[in-house]
Amino acid sequence: MPDTLVKARQLKVRFVQNGSAINAVNGVDFDLNAGEVLCILGESGSGKSVTLRALMRLNPPSKTVMSGTLEVGGRDIIAATEDELETLRGPFVSMIFQEPMTALDPVFTIGHQISEAIVRHEGLSRRDAKLRAIELLEMVQVPSAKRRLSAYPHELSGGLRQRAMIAIALSCRPKLLLADEPTTALDASVQIQILTLLREIQQEMGMGMIFVTHDLGVAGEIADRIAVMYAGRFVEEGPVVEMMTAPLHPYSRGLLGATVREGSRGTRLTTIPGAPPDLRDLPDGCAFAPRCSEAQSPCLAALPDLRTPEPGRAARCIHVESRP
Amino acid sequence: MLQYTFRRVLYAIPIALAVSLVCFLLVHIAPGDPIDAILPPDASAETVAMVRKDYGLDKPLPIQFGLWLMHVVQGDFGRSIANRRLVSEELVSAAGKTFILASSAAGLGFVIGCVLGGLAAAFRGTWVDRLAVGFAVGGVSVPHYWLGMVLVIIFSVLLGWLPSIGAGPGDWAWNWAHIRHLILPAVTLSVIPAGLVTRTVRGVVVEILSQDFMTTLKGKGLNRARVMLHVVKNAAPSALAVMGLQLGYLMGGSILVETVFAWPGTGMMLNQAIFQRDIPMLQGATLVLAMIFVALNLIVDLIQTALDPRMRRT
Amino acid sequence: MTHASTVTAKLAIPRTAAPPRASYWREVGKKLLRDKVTMACLGVLALMALVIVFAPLIAPYDPLQGSMARRLRPPGTPGHILGTDELGRDMLTRLMYGGRLSWFVGLTPVVVAALVGGALGITAGYAGGRLNMLIMRTTDVFYAFPSVLLAVAISGALGPGIGNAIVAMTMVFIPMMIRISETVTTSTRNLDYVEAARSTGASALTVVRIHVLPNVLGPIFVYATTLVSVSMILASGLSFIGLGVKPPEPEWGLMLNTLRTAIYTQPLLATLPGLCIFMTSICFNMASDGLRAAMDVKS
Repeated sequence: MPDTLVKARQLKVRFVQNGSAINAVNGVDFDLNAGEVLCILGESGSGKSVTLRALMRLNPPSKTVMSGTLEVGGRDIIAATEDELETLRGPFVSMIFQEPMTALDPVFTIGHQISEAIVRHEGLSRRDAKLRAIELLEMVQVPSAKRRLSAYPHELSGGLRQRAMIAIALSCRPKLLLADEPTTALDASVQIQILTLLREIQQEMGMGMIFVTHDLGVAGEIADRIAVMYAGRFVEEGPVVEMMTAPLHPYSRGLLGATVREGSRGTRLTTIPGAPPDLRDLPDGCAFAPRCSEAQSPCLAALPDLRTPEPGRAARCIHVESRP
Repeated sequence: MLQYTFRRVLYAIPIALAVSLVCFLLVHIAPGDPIDAILPPDASAETVAMVRKDYGLDKPLPIQFGLWLMHVVQGDFGRSIANRRLVSEELVSAAGKTFILASSAAGLGFVIGCVLGGLAAAFRGTWVDRLAVGFAVGGVSVPHYWLGMVLVIIFSVLLGWLPSIGAGPGDWAWNWAHIRHLILPAVTLSVIPAGLVTRTVRGVVVEILSQDFMTTLKGKGLNRARVMLHVVKNAAPSALAVMGLQLGYLMGGSILVETVFAWPGTGMMLNQAIFQRDIPMLQGATLVLAMIFVALNLIVDLIQTALDPRMRRT
Repeated sequence: MTHASTVTAKLAIPRTAAPPRASYWREVGKKLLRDKVTMACLGVLALMALVIVFAPLIAPYDPLQGSMARRLRPPGTPGHILGTDELGRDMLTRLMYGGRLSWFVGLTPVVVAALVGGALGITAGYAGGRLNMLIMRTTDVFYAFPSVLLAVAISGALGPGIGNAIVAMTMVFIPMMIRISETVTTSTRNLDYVEAARSTGASALTVVRIHVLPNVLGPIFVYATTLVSVSMILASGLSFIGLGVKPPEPEWGLMLNTLRTAIYTQPLLATLPGLCIFMTSICFNMASDGLRAAMDVKS
């Protein structure tokens, strides 16, 4: 069992359809170790969900083109056969989705949807899988778990549905949990409960977790490390505290300025002017440069390389000085 | 669910009554005195009066309807004017034959439609899809009485493999001597449901495949067969509903195909009744077929509701 | 042959918040022109229509005049390119003339039903309340009959004849048109700007004319076009079983019936009228599919 759960090098994902190509992910490098929580932060369309789905190769197969290196659990995801992926999905890596209403099959009971993966991967009998499903629902703090087994998704509240979704993701005790904005569709009060729950379970089970969100507050709540994504690239990566207090990249600073935080009362919220670039036709240089107040001519000429001002931190900006 | 069933059955009662009224009135929209159809033109005035009384035609319409309905509910449809036999007896045998034909056609159409529709959705945008969609359009556009003739020409006249008319010797049995008579009419009649089911299944499956939960299922590491199970269960209510309704349409709409193949079912019976102006027969056959249709609609509705957990509570 | 379950799928209710404008129709037209299959079908239909209309000018023979001496000649016979029928009448001529009645009996019920059913449906949808109940529950009764059975039973009761067949088929299509018009009208009526117009006290007629009609006529028209194919098959079907057109008039369904005896001697000849029905019906079907796709604002 390698300690490194995920290893991505120059990971690129393109969507090709009807002759036009969308460059959703344009060279992403990162590692994730067991027990670590990485948060990928970005606007919609920054490629964060696509990156996450790429880790399980869940992007639509007919139009997705992947390149670079991507290893999950030591297995080459890009080259893996569909059978190999099936054995990986569930027991090694699983995912929680944003909208539990549509991510759950409406015509099967919660119990069935939790236990079917267990039956499939661990060869348990239906009855034993049911028992495990009850344990799982109890673990994610669903009240009267036994009764909920026979409930259909539409019979549950949004919070309970997301808990059931988590139970499904955890059903085969994965080493790596991927979460795609799991709290965005929920009420604020339920959001906190779900986040706390995820953090607890992650620590208890020692899982690695990658959490995608556009909400800086959520990221601060759950992450060990944060990666800020823009136009399909990580523009900055670093430990959560440093990222929240002293972001390096102008875009990260912009994100911070656009978020309401404790202590921000009285200060003016700033917004980032302009719009994200067209992913069909990316600029040669820094993709953020057209919106950046500190942009200079070298920014537009070529993509700034990744600079590391201190160990564990990195940013793609010419204003950041690398220190060995 | 029980409450829904109850409400739905209750609602079917006034519909059934209104349907019987329409069937009853059919006779009276016909031009001329119904008595003329029963008796030869040179019948004496006494005979006319007697027969009029005999058939209850001397009473006002609402009373006539009431009497007719009372008889009908007891299974008494009167006697055929053409051959004096009991309409109910003729109906039972004919409806049985039509049911054999219609259910075979609906079943065949359902299987073809599910396979083609499923394939079309799975290979959306490819030549498989285009072929299946083309077949579906052809199926719903083809005049099936013509298709029946074409099949007869190919398989009876040119190849001599299958008989072109009738339902085989004596009573129906599920043996080759009878089934070979069933093949051509059933295939002919199946193109409509096959086309419609293909369309429906394709639409529904495309919709299901685009749902978020398909990603969840793949993300759980389920294999294709397991994922298929989810697709099937999601698509089943719509597909079954279309087939159920089609069975009803085929029961009532097989008249043209029965005419082509001289299949001794309700369609042929209706055809004869029309041209012999055999009013009790016409009324009886129409009513029975319409009632079967009402009942099938009801059953389809209930099954669909039972299959879809989202609809169960309401 | 008609299918309640596909009814809603065939609706093309504009999702716009305001009545469709001229630009919408221009967009629809452009989409149609780009759709090659639909244009091909419309082309075939136009050609057939021309042939039918000008049959007396272009048909080589008299459709009713035959000669027992040259009965049942196969297609390709010199002088009779498509052969002759069981009474020695020229097949090409009869197919040309036959289209006149087939199209007439097939199209008339749909047009009449669209007008009558459309008016009733819009009334029911707009008025709501008791009038809606009355109209819609009556519609339910006719929906409780399989359409072919209803057509056959009504025209059977009325007796053979073109007029009776048209009446019977119109009776079958009216409930369908009512249902669709009512659905579209009800959903339009509940649109915000229509509600707003009603609340300002505009008269019912004004609201219907200015706000409702532009929204509902398109979907009603599209639905009516989907019925044409069914209607053509049914019209010829009625003549095929002896209801509807009476001999010796040429009509495709009737010709198909009278040629049934010839399937042993001239199989190809016997299927020709059916081929004409099939061609017409499939072209109408595909053209109406294309029209619906073009009118679907979303795509």
